[in-house]
Amino acid sequence: MTAVLPERPVGGRLIDQFEYGLDAPICLTWELTYACNLACVHCLSSSGRRDPRELSTAEAEHVIDELQRMQVFYVNVGGGEPTVRPDFWHLLDYAIGHDVGVKFSTNGVKLDKTRAAQLARTDYVDVQISLDGATAEVNDRVRGEGSFATATRALANLAEAGMKDFKVSVVVTRENAGQLDEFKALTDSYGAQLRITRLRPSGRGADVWDQLHPTQAQQRDLYQWLLANGEHVLTGDSFFHLSAFGEALPGLNLCGAGRVVCLIDPVGDVYACPFAIHENFLAGNVRDEGGFQRVWQSSELFADLRSPQTGGACTKCAHFDACRGGCMAAKFFTGLPLDGPDPECVQGYGETALAARDASLTAPRSHLDHSHTGPVRGQPTLLGMPAIPPAKICDESPLAGLDLR
Amino acid sequence: MATDVVFDAALPWQRARSVALRPEPFGALVYHFGNRKLSFLKSKQLVSVVQTLADHPSALAAIEAGGVPEAQRPAYVKALADLARSQMIEPRESA
Amino acid sequence: MPETPQTDAPVLETPAAEEALVEESLVEEVSIDGMCGVY
Repeated sequence: MTAVLPERPVGGRLIDQFEYGLDAPICLTWELTYACNLACVHCLSSSGRRDPRELSTAEAEHVIDELQRMQVFYVNVGGGEPTVRPDFWHLLDYAIGHDVGVKFSTNGVKLDKTRAAQLARTDYVDVQISLDGATAEVNDRVRGEGSFATATRALANLAEAGMKDFKVSVVVTRENAGQLDEFKALTDSYGAQLRITRLRPSGRGADVWDQLHPTQAQQRDLYQWLLANGEHVLTGDSFFHLSAFGEALPGLNLCGAGRVVCLIDPVGDVYACPFAIHENFLAGNVRDEGGFQRVWQSSELFADLRSPQTGGACTKCAHFDACRGGCMAAKFFTGLPLDGPDPECVQGYGETALAARDASLTAPRSHLDHSHTGPVRGQPTLLGMPAIPPAKICDESPLAGLDLR
Repeated sequence: MATDVVFDAALPWQRARSVALRPEPFGALVYHFGNRKLSFLKSKQLVSVVQTLADHPSALAAIEAGGVPEAQRPAYVKALADLARSQMIEPRESA
Repeated sequence: MPETPQTDAPVLETPAAEEALVEESLVEEVSIDGMCGVY
């Protein structure tokens, strides 16, 4: 039998309620495929090659049916690159037709004028284009040659088609942290909304985290920038650890893993968070009896996460109430204890903890890696690999770009 | 626009059409698909009032019918005003 | 409006808590984007 859950308080703050969990996630991330046309250096899901065990179209429809029954308000679809799944557009319509709003995250590769027009006339769908540099020079080092052009072409198509409320999503790195004003200007120029999010040492991000995560000085600048400019900038609450600098940033300031959000991966595995794709955070699989609902409501892992968390040493810090000990995934993948400081703790406790790590132990790694194994056209140059020019569209297939519908 | 006007609890109201309401142990979550706002209703009694708004000639009547003690009614009116401001509830055309 | 954590609302644990709810707002608005763990 599962343990009796602790009594939840009556009334009080919303986040106190959320910490005890909900009957359904408010929103969740669903990675549709591990396949991707790109090979971004920091990919949180180590994507590239399709997994042969991916959910079929019918299985994906069953998941959507469950989300509808559970009244999940919306699902955040990503991957890999979700649009490379041939049934992507069908599943998009299926979800919307079953009362589940969709926001999908894409590098823009398939968003030609036709698709942009289709999206512009579809209700209950949001689009988020990934971009990690306000210039091709900065962006393509991390995402690959040609990726800036692909993304901005998609943005132009969406703008021209009259799409509303589409977003540009940026992962803040040491290399682009100085471009925040330029990012704002770029997104404004397309009529899009800027979203900036935190780099976590997850997936391939673990390999480049030392090199790419913002410095303490950059974090302070970022915090000031958000206070001054953040009113129309989204963050997905991913910078709540910066609240320890002083005034809390807007958002729940709470780790949502297993409490308000979770991840469904391409093979149906349910993880606490998309930044925690690791066996320790695996709650179950949607193919198991009882489906997604049983996993969300009854898995041991989620019951654990919904019991009061010990902040450990952090509870003695004056800023604990604001930062709540930071990001679980960031701590886990840098080999830090979960009841201690975040590696990027703005008070500096994280750096101390990192230095105190046992040098002979390697940090945890995910059991999954779907990265491309050979050189990829248009691959990133951050790690010193030679640039191979991106494919011309007809290189992919003689039928590339031909719409037979 | 309704959002610029002081909430009038004597008028008939209803849950807005683009709004999903999901009961939870603590009350309910309310999500507006149009403006993407998410609200948290903190009492089961308030949830019941919102769900029965359309059955009553006025918001005040729905609050009374919901068994809300008189001392708490101003708080419930304020709560409905908050929901009107975020367009979770809308004025109802009288039949 | 972005929502900041309320520090003045007490965490209530007694059965009489329902009456004490009069003191605080019955509705709290949250940003749907303000949840960590979605990318």
